[in-house]
Amino acid sequence: MDISYYLYLSAALFVIGAVGVVIRRNAIVIFMCIELMLNASNLAFVTFARIHGNLEGQMVAFFTMVVAACEVVVGLAIIVMIYRSRRSASVDDASLLRR
Amino acid sequence: MLESETLVVLIALPLFSSGFLLLAGRKADKWGHLFATAIAGSTFLLAMIEMFAMVGREEANRALYQKVFTWISVGSFNVDAALLLDQLSICFVLLITGVGTLIHIYSISYMSHDPDRRRFFAYLNLFIAAMLLLVLGDSYLNLYVGWEGVGLASYLLIGFWNKKPEYATAAKKAFVVNRIGDLGLSIAIMVAFAVFGTVTFKGIEEQANSASQGAMVAIGFALLLAAVGKSAQFPLQSWLGDAMAGPTPVSALIHAATMVTAGVYLIVRSNFVFDNAPIAQFAVVIVGAITLLFGAIIGMAKDDIKKALAASTMSQIGYMILAAGLGPIGYAFAIMHLLTHGFFKAGMFLGAGSVMHGMSDEVNMRRYGGLARYMPITTITFGFGYLAIIGVPPFAGFYSKDKIIEAAFNLGGAKGIVFGSITLLGAVITAFYMTRLFMMTFLGKKRWSEGQRPHESPFLIWAPMVILSLGSIGSGFLLYSGKRLEYWLKPVVDKGGHKHEEFISHATVTTMALTAVLIGVAIAIAKYRKDIPIEAPEKVSIFTRAARKDLMQDQINETLFMRPGLAITSTLVKTDEKVIDGLVRGVAQVSLGSAKGLRRIQSGYIRNYALLILIGAAALIAAIWVVTL
Repeated sequence: MDISYYLYLSAALFVIGAVGVVIRRNAIVIFMCIELMLNASNLAFVTFARIHGNLEGQMVAFFTMVVAACEVVVGLAIIVMIYRSRRSASVDDASLLRR
Repeated sequence: MLESETLVVLIALPLFSSGFLLLAGRKADKWGHLFATAIAGSTFLLAMIEMFAMVGREEANRALYQKVFTWISVGSFNVDAALLLDQLSICFVLLITGVGTLIHIYSISYMSHDPDRRRFFAYLNLFIAAMLLLVLGDSYLNLYVGWEGVGLASYLLIGFWNKKPEYATAAKKAFVVNRIGDLGLSIAIMVAFAVFGTVTFKGIEEQANSASQGAMVAIGFALLLAAVGKSAQFPLQSWLGDAMAGPTPVSALIHAATMVTAGVYLIVRSNFVFDNAPIAQFAVVIVGAITLLFGAIIGMAKDDIKKALAASTMSQIGYMILAAGLGPIGYAFAIMHLLTHGFFKAGMFLGAGSVMHGMSDEVNMRRYGGLARYMPITTITFGFGYLAIIGVPPFAGFYSKDKIIEAAFNLGGAKGIVFGSITLLGAVITAFYMTRLFMMTFLGKKRWSEGQRPHESPFLIWAPMVILSLGSIGSGFLLYSGKRLEYWLKPVVDKGGHKHEEFISHATVTTMALTAVLIGVAIAIAKYRKDIPIEAPEKVSIFTRAARKDLMQDQINETLFMRPGLAITSTLVKTDEKVIDGLVRGVAQVSLGSAKGLRRIQSGYIRNYALLILIGAAALIAAIWVVTL
């Protein structure tokens, strides 16, 4: 099987994630889309590691996972706090900085 | 030139006293005036000592010089704060300290009801110090310091009763008009330094003969401007009438006897400039001639006794300036008239103050009349001054004014006849307005209101008047006899020993001058023997009306200088607001406007930012891709 299909899959997943971030309003869904984009890039890294035959890509993938884990912790905490204070997880409601 | 160690004391004493009295505060109120008077008296004593010492020395050794300290030392430009006491300065020093002391004594009583008497005396002492520096400075720069100092003292004293806004305005007017003259002096100093590289009288005099005509004329005209401003000459004369807002002793000391004559001193002191710049010298004569008629005409129409005397001062200084412009034949007579005028005009001003003192500060002569019976001493002392100013022999003015008329005729040719006639005409008018003033005040029926209780002033007020009236009697003959003052001043003002041509005999001039006086007195008596209306008549000729308004000098200044000045200012303000501020605001508007446009991007919705980041990243990658392809 041609290894480039993994890259196509990665690109497709990334685009789905990006479109999700742009069009969805629910913060949880946006969050999941971001995770999807991160994992799409992880897939791309691993694939490149395979193509080049070294471990650098795999190492970066681990880094991304660690960053993603931290981000999940902080992000979820923020979302929960916002939801608690205004009973809504819609990101369009949280546009206070503009006013 | 002999060196001296003590000249600076003359200036330091009153300067110290002035500062001390100003700083001492209310504690010194009880004795401040006595202290200041004692200081003034001691400067007069010192001046007398210097005078006798000077008379005792050989003619070549008479001038004294003292270097006080090095003031400016920059490259080739060196100015010492140095003093020079020569035959010319000593005349002024004696006049300033002598008349000054008398006026201090007078003011003790005159100002006794004023709560700020100590401040008044401090200013008087400041004036004496500045005026002494003016006449003792050995260079134009030192003179300039004194020149500004007397301007300051004059400003402070005119506006002494500054609680009345119009008095404060009068002080400001005097200051502003004087600034124009001061500008002339500073230009003269700068030109002199540029041309000669020095600003001392001695240094310039040594190079005066070899200097270019243009430079000399420029310096001459700039000095004339300075003299015109300080001495209230045409066309900068408008401040003197308003300066009468100050207390009467101030009018007597500063605006009659000493400060206003500083212009004459400046011209006589700069004789080496004017003798080498005939055009400037001729301009001096013209200014003097115009002012002497100008002042005399105003004097005819004034009902305010102090303003009439001020107009007369202007006219008499016109005589001095004219004489100073005649060159070596006139310098000594300018100074002689200055000295005699110092006596009789100060005396008459003090007399006017005494009248005001007895008439509860009334100044309108139409409300006087018949005061001779109530104020005999004032009347007699004023009468001596009156006889002196119109030039009746043997009073002081007769000698000094006659010599000026004679010198004017001796110019020769058409010039001599024109200026001689002007001085004669001036003598007629002087006799007229002074007779008018004297008759309206002291003779005739009483015209004051019932409430007035005219009375003779106390001893401290009339004693200085008596001394000054003695000066009005004797000073003329004393200076004139045996050409005393002429020989005395010769080493300073007439080094070349010029030969004077005589176009007209002394006897003719005297006859003409006395006839002129008689005519003036006769007209005045004929006119003012009748009853004088209490209110100034309205139906008068256009000339009288103009003369009452100081010959329109304020209106002319207003239309020629003030209005255009205001127009320029408002144009500049508008330019500043519209163009310069407009530019600045325009820049701000542009950035504001663009910010308004850019602000729309900031929607506050996360997906917009996310989309922008996405597009940006995509564009970046696309760009890299295009470049590497």
